[in-house]
Amino acid sequence: MSKSAEALFLALALAATAPVMAGAAWAASDAPKVATAPQAAPAQPPASLPVPKVTELGRPALKEEIAAWNIDVRPDGEGLPEGHGSVSDGEQLFLDNCATCHGEFGEGAGRWPVLAGGRGTLKSERPEKTIGSYWPYASTVFDYVHRAMPFGNAQSLTPDQTYAIVAYLLNLNDIVPADFVLSRENFPKVALPNNPNFFDDDRTTSEKEFWNANPCMKDCSGPMKVTARAAILDVTPDEGKDAPKGNLE
Amino acid sequence: MSEIESSPDGAKGAVNRRRILWAAGLGAGLAGVGAGRVRAAEPDPNIVPVPEWSKTLGAGVNANPYGKPSPFEKDVVRREVTWLTASSESSVSFTPLYALDGPITPNGLCFVRHHGGEAVIPPDKYRLMIHGMVDKPLVFTLEDVKRMPGRVNRAYFLECAANSGMEWRGAQLNGCQFTHGMIHNVYYTGVPLRSFLEAAGVKPKGKWVLAEGADAAGMTRSIPLEKAMDDCLVAFGMNGEALRPEQGYPVRLVVPGWEGNMWVKWLRRIKVGDEPWGQREETSKYTDLLANGEARRHTFVMDAKSVVTNPSPQAPLLHKGPNVLSGIAWSGRGTIKRVDVSLDGGRNWTTARIEGPATPMAMTRFYLDFDWNGQELMVQSRAMDDTGYVQPTKAALRKIRGVNSIYHNNGIQTWLVRGNGETENVEVG
Repeated sequence: MSKSAEALFLALALAATAPVMAGAAWAASDAPKVATAPQAAPAQPPASLPVPKVTELGRPALKEEIAAWNIDVRPDGEGLPEGHGSVSDGEQLFLDNCATCHGEFGEGAGRWPVLAGGRGTLKSERPEKTIGSYWPYASTVFDYVHRAMPFGNAQSLTPDQTYAIVAYLLNLNDIVPADFVLSRENFPKVALPNNPNFFDDDRTTSEKEFWNANPCMKDCSGPMKVTARAAILDVTPDEGKDAPKGNLE
Repeated sequence: MSEIESSPDGAKGAVNRRRILWAAGLGAGLAGVGAGRVRAAEPDPNIVPVPEWSKTLGAGVNANPYGKPSPFEKDVVRREVTWLTASSESSVSFTPLYALDGPITPNGLCFVRHHGGEAVIPPDKYRLMIHGMVDKPLVFTLEDVKRMPGRVNRAYFLECAANSGMEWRGAQLNGCQFTHGMIHNVYYTGVPLRSFLEAAGVKPKGKWVLAEGADAAGMTRSIPLEKAMDDCLVAFGMNGEALRPEQGYPVRLVVPGWEGNMWVKWLRRIKVGDEPWGQREETSKYTDLLANGEARRHTFVMDAKSVVTNPSPQAPLLHKGPNVLSGIAWSGRGTIKRVDVSLDGGRNWTTARIEGPATPMAMTRFYLDFDWNGQELMVQSRAMDDTGYVQPTKAALRKIRGVNSIYHNNGIQTWLVRGNGETENVEVG
């Protein structure tokens, strides 16, 4: 240990022995404002967290700062920027910026998301959840395309370009005609067909049977048999020789 | 970006016929133990002669300035299921639950879900904005966040709503890492979100908040104001150190008991409004499609769930005689009160021993010490929380929801343990 480090060590040790004195000095002069709080932590944290009051932190946000980050768009159109875009402009933009992953007609390439088609598949064995078959709001398309697309080049599209791409996607899903021009003004009138099929979480009523404080403990069924096995599908990732072998003796 | 769902038809051919390699070590044979202790015929070579490590000096104190696990634990890592998603920047890695114990997940093994890759934010450039229906829109630096009064430490589980999502149509993945590994449980250090909202002054019309991340996905979720003012945290620490980059360094949102997607990483903005925003992740994703074609939305709470982590396909039984069955249980509705274990596929149940803390919306560890005579087992666990909710069977869940939900699969898991200890993901009926 170097000399200076030793000295620091000593100083810390000394400081630790003098808490009573320091406390007394504070009490005598202008003591720092201390928020009142429970003396000991409760065994179980309270459901609502107590928030002590002290001097304010943070600073007022400037208008330009809010404008730079405030990009969300709501189903009622709140947050939409000024602008417009046509289906035909959107087609070209889509081919240039989106089709590599989503396919020229929104059919999806590889594992990338399918954006069009899929109507009438929601009850099937393999539902295809697209803008036209599943999404409840067109605003979501605008919001998401602008905030996160193209993948790896987020927030690069102008409002007009975004309107155009959304118009093209709506046209691919047979929601607007080929000559349609989407704008802030007509946006709230665009309705997606699956919108009525969403409802709020109702598990506490529709799944009330799962609240059963006294579940069966003995002879709850006849002998159980294996009905399905993961090994048949065998899609578990392969770990080869690096796989853990456990603590074999 | 991409959805967690069942394997594509093509996946089967692509991976060919694979063996369950974690169980490969079983070739060495089970150590059979009858009544009483085994007698050694020869001195144990690990005792006689005295081992090398007892005679020579080891590495110095700072050989690893940031400590690493033992090299003998090198296989205890997060893993991907590459066929699930189109790119690793919008994908998931899974917590190796089969190799962990206790209630807390080590920071480096917490599963990772990104939608636009890992954002790198220098702490001095971090800003948090609170605006919308507030009296005073505010901007906070990281130093401001850390100077806020009312700092708390809370352990909470974070479970992706798609955890077990690949199992809706049947047993598919061999390993609790893959069937249940989109969960972790750490101690968060942070400040109640309420402190920031009160500093800005929420207007009476405010009913929802939008939480937004600073990553390339601009991750956004609408959260009811009531929840935001109740127990949400603006967290900057996990298990005593700064958040890991992949967990949202320097600041993430903690939304106790609610689906992981809402715990926005790299939190940059909280906006107050009077309606939800209908964002991509709360409409096209994270809504639960039912068999009749209708879909539940705003299914925020994670229901009670549990899984046996040992034995499991990656952690087969290696010994007859005494064994420790171990697992984890959690509930987004409250505290785990009881966990029952069945060894015969749900016909008979024994209450397991809960060990360590059992606190609201946190992972709880359970054990069942048992003697195994080599018979085939169908191992299950069933969690109960303090609201009286009992983890349902997969059959009961499918009866109500069908198999197209993707999200919120909290059905009871079955592991088949064969006579040689090899363990497989199965369904029973």
